[in-house]
Amino acid sequence: MTPTSVAAKSAEKFPTPAKLTVTLFVNGVERKLAVAPWTTLLDALRQHLDLTGTKKGCDHGQCGACTVLVDGRRINSCLALAVMKDGAQVTTIEGLAQGATLHALQQAFIEHDAFQCGYCTPGQICSAAGLVAEGRAKTPDEIRELMSGNICRCGAYPNILAAIESVLAGKAEARS
Amino acid sequence: MNNFAYSRAADVAEAVRQIAADPGAKLIAGGTNLIDLMKENVARPTRLIDISRLPLSSVEDTKDGGLRIGALVLNSDLAYHPQVEARYPLLASAILAGASAQLRNMASTGGNLLQRTRCYYFYDTATPCNKREPGSGCAAVTGINRQHAILGTSQHCIATHPSDMCVALAALDARVRATGPGGERVIAFQDFHRLPGDTPHIDTNLAADEIITAVELPPEGFARNYTYLKIRDRLSYAFALVSVAAALDLKDGRIQEARIALGGVAHKPWRDREAEARLKGEPATRDTFARAADAILRGARGFEHNAFKIELARRTILRALSQAAQATPQSQSDKRIAGPTTAENRSGRPQ
Repeated sequence: MTPTSVAAKSAEKFPTPAKLTVTLFVNGVERKLAVAPWTTLLDALRQHLDLTGTKKGCDHGQCGACTVLVDGRRINSCLALAVMKDGAQVTTIEGLAQGATLHALQQAFIEHDAFQCGYCTPGQICSAAGLVAEGRAKTPDEIRELMSGNICRCGAYPNILAAIESVLAGKAEARS
Repeated sequence: MNNFAYSRAADVAEAVRQIAADPGAKLIAGGTNLIDLMKENVARPTRLIDISRLPLSSVEDTKDGGLRIGALVLNSDLAYHPQVEARYPLLASAILAGASAQLRNMASTGGNLLQRTRCYYFYDTATPCNKREPGSGCAAVTGINRQHAILGTSQHCIATHPSDMCVALAALDARVRATGPGGERVIAFQDFHRLPGDTPHIDTNLAADEIITAVELPPEGFARNYTYLKIRDRLSYAFALVSVAAALDLKDGRIQEARIALGGVAHKPWRDREAEARLKGEPATRDTFARAADAILRGARGFEHNAFKIELARRTILRALSQAAQATPQSQSDKRIAGPTTAENRSGRPQ
């Protein structure tokens, strides 16, 4: 069988659907892109919009490196199809700082030495931003449990916990 | 992932029309399990019908005093819903025992019911699997079967249903509302998932052209005496080796009604109504609970790597019923197992 006939047979079985136009509001900026139905939100961010801060770890929703905020809530972008998020507000690690001022979590991760290789860090910080917004975690046990979707193979967990605790404490102080 | 076409359904009727017209199509809502299976080449739909925008995201009181949960209510929204926290804390606890915060923010109520097993051999397309490829055989029966079932198995399949939420729904006697070309019907939760038998490729009794629209809870939520106790290989974000949803109605220390549902041990959330009925009128003591555990597990059968689950399940049932009776439900963030520390518990404590 020649390569051409393989391609023809494959095309017959799976006709290539037309690309679809999707509008995403990424870090506050309206972005229109043409994607295939099977393009994940993660691949759309990294490969179509060159926002490579969001990392691809396992690509199966097990490691959390791809965590971004969609309409304010943390999700695994590797398990979301870009076409299904048409019209959504997406916040990635690139969108957390205000100009030259780091987000409180970014600053806390530096101050607490909450990473070693750094690969999981964008996902950890976006996940922590979701956790802070949810307002469910108050104790170290609760933070650990609600951050369990983010794996750190360098094992920086104690310092990640300390960084998130310090931001939660800062918020509590600001309220009192 | 293989190529596929994508369409959106404007309403439930259109979604039913689309799925009925295309046998190669699959519905997608949260996608947390389906997209994973598509990446592994286990699921190969030629079209995805996006139902995530259908108006099925509300939680409402039913006329009989129960609760109707729309099929698209997110797992996180359901776990933290004030009505669920107050009236059905067993359900809230079970949901929070499962997956991760990110996944619970994506996964839908209906999708949770329809998730597939996490059996390694089902996922590995290089091995035989009667669930993935009917008639090809079961690699798990003689393979690494530590995670697999001990109750209701067949020679064709020993996979488990992976859900935590469904274990609570089984204990609560939930109902599933589904719409198909012939209209709407209600399926009792016990009749929704199937045992493998000789058709392990069919997980549920939902027809291919039907859509889950809601899950309904009856008025009784066992909000006082309940627990969801999940035992697993790591403290969070792992599937259950054994889990138990226990709910009791107690009066003067005697059991009026008992519900015991097991996860991680069978092809569906496992209940033994006969064993539950025998608890009626009995004192809520360890002896009573031990007899119930033995009755539930009398037909259990272990395989090479999972025989430990029989004793683990016995202890987990015992501890869960004690937790429920004492109104000390298991915390899902403090991982110390709640309950009395008698000498027997200290020596045989499930960790």
